[in-house]
Formats: sequence, C-alpha cells, structure tokens
Amino acid sequence: MGRFLLTRLWQSAITLVLASIVIFLGIRLLPGDPATAMAGEDASPEQLAAVRAELGLDDPLFMQYMAYMGQVLTGDLGRSTMHGNPVIDMIGATLPVTLLLATYAMVIAVVFGLLLGVLAERQRGRWPEWFANGAALIGLSVPNFWLGIMAILTLAVGLSLFPASGYVPFRTDPLRALYHLTLPAIILGASVMAVIMRQTRASMLETMQADFVRTARAKGLSRIRVLLRYGLRNSLIVVVTIVGLQLGMLISGTVVTEQIFALPGFGRLILDAVFTRDYPVIQSAVLVVTFGYVVINLIVDVLYSVINPKIRVGGGR
Amino acid sequence: MTVVESGHDLGSNRGQIWKSLRSSTLGMVGAGILMLMAAAAILAPLVAPHPPTHVNFGLSYQPPLTRGYVLGTDDLGRDILSRMLYGIRVSLQVGVLSVAIAVVVGVPLGLLAGYWRWLDGIISRLTDLMLAFPFLILAVGLAAINGPSLNNAVIALGVAQIPIMLRVVRGETLRIKASDFVTSAEAMNASGLRIMGQHVLPNCTSAIIVQATVIIPVVVIGEALLSFLGIGVQPPTPSLGIMLSDAQQYISQSPTAAIFPGTAIVLICLGFNLFGDALRDALDPSNANT
Repeated sequence: MGRFLLTRLWQSAITLVLASIVIFLGIRLLPGDPATAMAGEDASPEQLAAVRAELGLDDPLFMQYMAYMGQVLTGDLGRSTMHGNPVIDMIGATLPVTLLLATYAMVIAVVFGLLLGVLAERQRGRWPEWFANGAALIGLSVPNFWLGIMAILTLAVGLSLFPASGYVPFRTDPLRALYHLTLPAIILGASVMAVIMRQTRASMLETMQADFVRTARAKGLSRIRVLLRYGLRNSLIVVVTIVGLQLGMLISGTVVTEQIFALPGFGRLILDAVFTRDYPVIQSAVLVVTFGYVVINLIVDVLYSVINPKIRVGGGR
Repeated sequence: MTVVESGHDLGSNRGQIWKSLRSSTLGMVGAGILMLMAAAAILAPLVAPHPPTHVNFGLSYQPPLTRGYVLGTDDLGRDILSRMLYGIRVSLQVGVLSVAIAVVVGVPLGLLAGYWRWLDGIISRLTDLMLAFPFLILAVGLAAINGPSLNNAVIALGVAQIPIMLRVVRGETLRIKASDFVTSAEAMNASGLRIMGQHVLPNCTSAIIVQATVIIPVVVIGEALLSFLGIGVQPPTPSLGIMLSDAQQYISQSPTAAIFPGTAIVLICLGFNLFGDALRDALDPSNANT
C-alpha cells in the first residue's frame, strides 16, 4: 500500500509539473508581446514596463518559470486585466458555486443511480426496469446541454417547478440555494447516473447469481441483507471507478451547465475570461482546473485500491 | 477477434461482414439515419429552401409548417430547416476531420508504442499527460491563444481523441505481435517497420474503424458544445450548437427552435452508435451479444 501510494504521488507530481510548464509556456506562445496580452490592449507604456518587470520577460525562460511558480505557490495569481481584481479573489468567489453544484450532481447521480440499478435488478421485466432503462438511454444519448434546455422548457417555463436561472448564495439561504441548484445538478449528473445505474444493475445480476450468495441465502440470510452486504459492496467499486472516469466530463459539464442556467461559477469565469482575453485569469483558472483534476484522480485511485485491494492501479506497470 | 492466420482479415471475408451487417435491424436503422444525414450535409446547398444566413425581420418567430418555412423561423426570421441542413454539414465535417487527426497521429504512434517496448514508456507517459487535460480546457486554451474558430475546435476535438485511438491501436499491436505469423516474419529477418506496415496495421483496421464510429458522435457533440459556448464555430456560419444557444434566448416565444437542432444532434449520434455497434459485431463475431 505504501509503495503504491508513493508511486502514485510521484506520478501525480510529475504530471502537475509538466502541466504547469505547458500552461506557463502557453501565455508566452501568444502572438505578439506577452506583456501586452497580460496588461491589456490599451495599457500605457508605464503599465507595460511594470508588467514586463513583474513577469521578468528579459530573464531566461527557466528563471521566469521559477519566479512564476514562486508567485503561484504563495497565492499570488496576478490581477485581472478586465476588472483589476486579484485573480485569487475571483476564483475564491466562483469556485464554491461550482464545487457545490458538482457535489450535488454527484450525490444525485450516485443515490439515484444505485437506487434505480437495484430496482431494475429486483423488478426484472416490470415497469421499474423499463423506466430505469429508458432513463439510462436518455442520459447516455442526449447531449446534456440540450437536455438542460429541454428541462428549462418543460420543468421551468412550462410547469414552473424550478427556476430557469439564477443563484442564491449558500450562506444567505441554504435551502433556496439548493432549490436553485436542483435542476442544474440533475442535468449535470444525468449521464453519470445513467452509467452508474447500468453498471449497478449488471454487477447486481452477476453477484446475486454467484455461488456464495446462494450459500448465504441457504444459511438463512435474508435477500435484502445479502443485497446490502454483497451486492452493494461490489457496486461501490463500480461507482468509484465511474466517478473517476467521468471526472473530465464533469469538468466540461459544469462549464456548460453554468452557462445554460446562468450560474456565477468557475466555468463562467473561464469562458468570460476567454471572450475578454483576460489572460491572467485564463492562465490561473486552467492551472486550478488541472491541479484539481490531478488531485481528485489521485484520491479516486487511492480509494479504489482501498475498496478493492486486488487492484493497485498504476503501481506495477 | 479470432486469431487471424494470414495478414488481412478485413479483405478475405468481406461477404460475411456484409451479411452480418445486413441481418442487424438496428444496424440498418443506424445506417439509414447516417445516409439521410450524409445526404442532408452534401446536398444542403441544393435542397435548402432559403440561404441559411438570410435575415428577414418581418418573418421572425414563425411556427413550424408556415408557408415556405417547414420548420419555422428563428428570431431573425432565418429559415430553421435551411440552417439545420447547413449545421449538419458542419457537424459531419468536424466529425470526419477530427477523426482524421486522431487516426493520422494516433495510429502510427500506437503501432510504435505497441511494437517497440522502449518507445512504449515515453509514448504512454505522454498519453497520460494528454488525458490529464480535460478536452474542454484544451479547447479553451486554443481559443484563448488563437481566438475562437472552427479550425481551433477541430484541432482541440481531434487532439483530444489521439490518446484514445493510440491506446486502441497499441493494445491491438501488442496482441497481434504475439501471433505466429509475426514471429515467423521476425524469424525471416523482416524489419520492424515492414512488419508493422504489412502484418500489424492491416489486422488493426477493423479496430480502427470501430473506434472511429465511437469517436465521431463524441466529436459531433463536442462541436455542438463548443459552438454552444461560443468558442467553436463562429456566427454567421450555421451550427447546431449555435442554433441551440440562440434558441435558448427566446425559448418561451418559440420552443420548437430549440427542439429541432437538438433532435438532429441526437439522430446523428444515434445513427453512429447503432451502426457502430452492428459494425463491431460484424467485424468481430466473438463480441456479438455482449
């Protein structure tokens, strides 16, 4: 376990360093002067000189990179050229919205995915299975941004069940915040839920037919207890795997969902920065996303090996 | 896949593949949808009733089945059917071009990584690094550097699929490398590159084709998504994604404007998925019904 953990940590560290180099070089690959890009098109010569000095553009690339990483590690991500605010504050304001949305979506996906999966297995050939299969098909084959628009059309505009857009900060009113995030979270979690449901059903079918389950039943263990103790334990491995695999999708998904429902999240911050060519924000935002992605992947891999010791991902390749 | 005795498993039993494909109802439905979509894309300039960017403010928000406008008009009075036909054209173009990028770069690298162990370490590390970047971040980065455009979307979508194509080909290469006919070619002193080109590549063909049918729907959705977000195809070029993002603005006036382009995207993906599944079963009978 210790060895596996070390290998995995080492790999993640290398990935992060390489990614930070790519991101660092990205801004220097821009056509024209990076100082103009960072300070904005209509910066005065003094401002340009200041940015030039701050970025150390006359130093060798390696020194520039070390200086940049030094700033990043002390939490100095520069200032937005559009708004003039420190980038770290802008990220601090938007990231919680996205994290709340993503967590909510994952909870919905896991709870309903498992529930529907178990239900579909228990009620084979009856309506719960049809319903679960239909939901899975929609979740898998309909792009989530269209699903979102259709949900707004039917559930928000048509039936007025949910608000079509808008956001209430969690601190002012947790219940209303969740109410506003419910529809976005369902849309974001739909495809993950579909995958979890399908896999749960498949792994349940397999487990419940295994010999040890028959033995357990013969010894008098009730079906529901067998289901909880053996069936769900196997499904848990599936769920962790899927959550790990769907992570990239989840990141893209939050950007889209925030755009559809006009949520002031991290994805919107990135998109707005791209449209206004706000390079300091883009650079830091991409860095934060990559960091988060690598760290969550690491956690998933470690969790995976804890649940299923037979598999030590990436350890002995 | 069954173990292949001589090189080319695709050419020798073409008749059987056809037979198996034709016997799959869902596969034929998929093929039908795809032919319809391809016809729409190719013939768009001939069959579109109106120019896709023609604005007519007097005719905005027309419902479907209005005279001369079968699917109605959008907020600027543009014909939705014409815009959809051109949008499908863009979707399929992006799909084919991105797959071309994935194949041209991914296949040779996959062959090399699978055949020469010493290259495998480097290539596989690079693949891991590429997979560490979510594709949307790559697209955002490219849009930030070059400005949003159709070309950037194609590059981002294609590059994101390279590692996936590479892994498939690498796996196939590893498997084929262990077969007897490769061992005997090696015994006859054939060079590595020659073996890859003459024996390994032809046996990877079915896996590459099947993977391509898996990639295209992903890419088509990706293009619509990027265009929806404003970092893909740029107006006035019609794209299904742009049509959706426009339609969301006036969804209470004209809900059908959001329904039709989305249906087209779903149909394209459904067509590729159904046909791809049937193709996989036909090329690889041992996989059928799994």
